[in-house]
Amino acid sequence: MLPYITVLLLCQLAGEVMVRLIGLPLPGPVVGMVLLFTGLVVRGRVPAGLDLAVKAILSNFALLFIPASVGVMVHLKLIAEEALPIAAAVLGSTFATIVVAGRLMQALSRRHKPEAK
Amino acid sequence: MSTDLSSIWIYLSTSPLLGLTSTLIAYQAAMWLFEKGGRSPLLNPILVSVVIIVGFLMATGTEYRTYFDGAQFVHFLLGPATVALAVPLYAQMPILRRAWPAILLVILVGAVMAGVSAVAVAWALGGSEKVLLSLASKSVTIPIAMGITERIGGIPSLTAVMVMLTGIFGAVCGGWILDLFRVKDQAARGLALGIASHGIGTVRALQMSETAGAFGGLAIGLTGLITAVLVPLLVGLLR
Repeated sequence: MLPYITVLLLCQLAGEVMVRLIGLPLPGPVVGMVLLFTGLVVRGRVPAGLDLAVKAILSNFALLFIPASVGVMVHLKLIAEEALPIAAAVLGSTFATIVVAGRLMQALSRRHKPEAK
Repeated sequence: MSTDLSSIWIYLSTSPLLGLTSTLIAYQAAMWLFEKGGRSPLLNPILVSVVIIVGFLMATGTEYRTYFDGAQFVHFLLGPATVALAVPLYAQMPILRRAWPAILLVILVGAVMAGVSAVAVAWALGGSEKVLLSLASKSVTIPIAMGITERIGGIPSLTAVMVMLTGIFGAVCGGWILDLFRVKDQAARGLALGIASHGIGTVRALQMSETAGAFGGLAIGLTGLITAVLVPLLVGLLR
């Protein structure tokens, strides 16, 4: 598993280097994700050890968001001051996105008639 | 005795150990509560953990910066975890091969819609620039969203809060919204939830059906990627 955790870190490192070198408008880890995805496509399968390492990391995905989310305490005042624009933007935009994406995909699926399930 | 205790506290409160340990304890407590509560979306583990930790920090008068000294060890793993998303994305290759033009179009439209409508609504209601910039990537999975916000000069931790709220709203109300608008196709339901509410929405899609879950998982990475390219470009154009 350790070699594959190293692979993940190397992809991230390569991503960070590329972002800075070329000035890409992307976060380094996202470029790392693309690099790993490309590697998997080229290789044609997911090595068992990589699958294990990834499952270990992603099984506690929620945990990783906590330290940053606790940062909300620093912004409590800002959020209270702008509660209306924030709430309306989050609720309204999420509602609209679900409706538009859902209806559009359903219309396209019907046209293509892919095999069920 | 009380001098001993306070000297222990003084030691602990300056050590990274406390921030790290409290994060792990709060998360496990939240997961326990989530399971006990029948995995109700309202008991979202991230939300509950944050409430526990913020309460603890405020009660002890600890600053966020001190807490983060320890919690950064967990935070650091967001990078490798984002890279790791390539594996579930690769697992969707058969679906991708079959229907990629439709999927790409829907994700492109949805990602633009999610970012632009959020910023437009907040702007119309008088939101400040900091809030607008932090809202642009609210439909994207947290590690990618925070990276985008950092790049465009918003507040990453504020984005984390927006992303969480977006995910929870989509997971709680998404099924109802899709029913209301008669979206019955499982692929469409999953894709919509994944685009609008990232991982938290995808967990909900997975409860609907395996197909919906797979399409939701597909949307997480691609929505993140498209948003990561488009948001900095749009912000650059507006400046």
